Amino acid sequence: MPSYNVETACDLVQEHQVHRDVYTSLDVFQLEMKHVFRNTWIFIGHDSQTPNKGDYFTTQVADQPVIQVRHSDDEIHVLYNRCPHKGTKIAIDRQGNTGKFFRCPYHAWSFKTDGCLLAIPLKKGYQGTSLDQTENGRGMKAVGAIKNYRGFIFARLAETGISFEDFFGGSLSSIDNMVDRAPEGRMEVAGPPLRYMHKCNWKMLVENQTDTCHPMVAHESSAGTAVKLWGEMGNPEPRPAAMQIIAPFMSPYEFFEGIGIRTWPNGHGHTGVTGSIHTDYDSVPGYFDKMVSAYGETRAKEILDENRHNTVYFPNIMVKAPLGQLRNFIPMGPDKCLVESYVYRPVGAPDELVARSAMYNRMINAPTSMVGHDDLEVYERAQEGLMSNGLEWVNIQRLYEDDENFEVEAVENGTSERQMRNQFNAWVKFMHPERDTTTGLEGTE
Amino acid sequence: MIAPSRDDLIDFIYAEVRMLDEGRFGEWIDLWMPEGHYWMPLDYKQSDPVNVTSYLYEDNFMLRLRVERLKGERTFSQKPKSRCSHVIQRPFVDEYNPGANHYVTNTSMHYVETRLDEQQLLALSATHELTVFDGAIRIANKRVDLLNCDAAFGNIQLLP
Repeated sequence: MPSYNVETACDLVQEHQVHRDVYTSLDVFQLEMKHVFRNTWIFIGHDSQTPNKGDYFTTQVADQPVIQVRHSDDEIHVLYNRCPHKGTKIAIDRQGNTGKFFRCPYHAWSFKTDGCLLAIPLKKGYQGTSLDQTENGRGMKAVGAIKNYRGFIFARLAETGISFEDFFGGSLSSIDNMVDRAPEGRMEVAGPPLRYMHKCNWKMLVENQTDTCHPMVAHESSAGTAVKLWGEMGNPEPRPAAMQIIAPFMSPYEFFEGIGIRTWPNGHGHTGVTGSIHTDYDSVPGYFDKMVSAYGETRAKEILDENRHNTVYFPNIMVKAPLGQLRNFIPMGPDKCLVESYVYRPVGAPDELVARSAMYNRMINAPTSMVGHDDLEVYERAQEGLMSNGLEWVNIQRLYEDDENFEVEAVENGTSERQMRNQFNAWVKFMHPERDTTTGLEGTE
Repeated sequence: MIAPSRDDLIDFIYAEVRMLDEGRFGEWIDLWMPEGHYWMPLDYKQSDPVNVTSYLYEDNFMLRLRVERLKGERTFSQKPKSRCSHVIQRPFVDEYNPGANHYVTNTSMHYVETRLDEQQLLALSATHELTVFDGAIRIANKRVDLLNCDAAFGNIQLLP
């Protein structure tokens, strides 16, 4: 496999096709980690995962171990999870409370929860050295910038670059709709995420979120069989839970064409503009009244009538606003991606809502899910199939139009692969800022 | 059947895992009371199956769907099919209450699932709530706790 730099990596993306090395090459993966995941805004966690001062939560920004921690001033900080001394990870467990400071288990260097150096044992050993003039002498390093958007914590690793608002723009309307569905206007994490390991490239998962031509094919074995079983039972009401959650995956092409796809600049987009597979859920008693009390009837209806399907926030998360779910596609290597699927409780809403979201999560997103099984099967077959030298390009041409302009919001036929092309357009843009003068990004090469 | 003996309950657990190992899923489904749930928690010592995520909390329809799907021509993740093997310890009979027709067993086991070149080993404990219905022992509920429930898994396609 050839070696790549940013210039040649960007040549792997054409308007209607991408070269398979974007999914298989270690070089390209390392360039993505160094540029795309450094220059964009990456999801870290939810602020309810660290509700009290000193609470922390460990995760990854792609291959970078980081800590989300609540500091003594109640602000959330995101720090690289390594001791500035010898590199030891400071926090090992997934979550906990560290009190007023972190303490490295190796040599007991300690740090305030904003990362600043607090103390070093036997500090006289550094007298006359220039430790205090080094970056390591200052403490644990923080990421370049962070943003708490309605409880969802995002970070940009690069010190300078595109602002949060400019990066996400109109796409924030999906997070808004998800949070607005809580009568109290805030969400809380409901338990740990499902963790599902995929032996495939992370981009396959992100692309699949707006791939509306696969459900009735890949998921016929689960959704189609559910429809058949229910029919054999005489279609009894109330319908089994699976008929609400899984059966809509068998909706015909015409349905998915009609619901539409919207794309926003910088690689964001969503399926389900006019409705979605989440529209036809049973209503939850008492919920609408609580929404009306909180927002008034007009606004409550407006919030609940928006039933977007999957919203992709480039580069690597997906939000299901009507269900209060977020999936984090964490790249671990060119052929390895950890998927963490979270459920959030809309605060002030009846428990039935979070119960439905938890049900959806285990039926669709779990390593034990019949739907997940067939998705993973096709991704892993693709990862293996892409090693074939017979054809080197991957086609993303469905409903392609000449001169597509991704810098403007657009709504298209719901079976378009435009959102996949939008993601690759953004991939080039943030891989190689010099190719694009609109971003104001720092040169990281 | 009058009240089952402790040995009857233990034999039932052995017979159940043998059905799963031999792929006799149709027979296995018939072991269930219709209102029973198969629960596999996500979190260690999880107490709530409903309002937080689990791996599985399957009602009878979902279990039937799972079994039916395994037979399908277009069940791509089962081409070729997975196989499994349970190695179980002698079950504990933790509750033996013929008066209430309610029995609880707890069984430690090693569950191996394989497909193509992959094989995975799960250590787990299974808690069965059993009852006698129509003269036979039936599963009222089953809970499976994975020892490494907090690990990231690839596909787990059959049932421990």
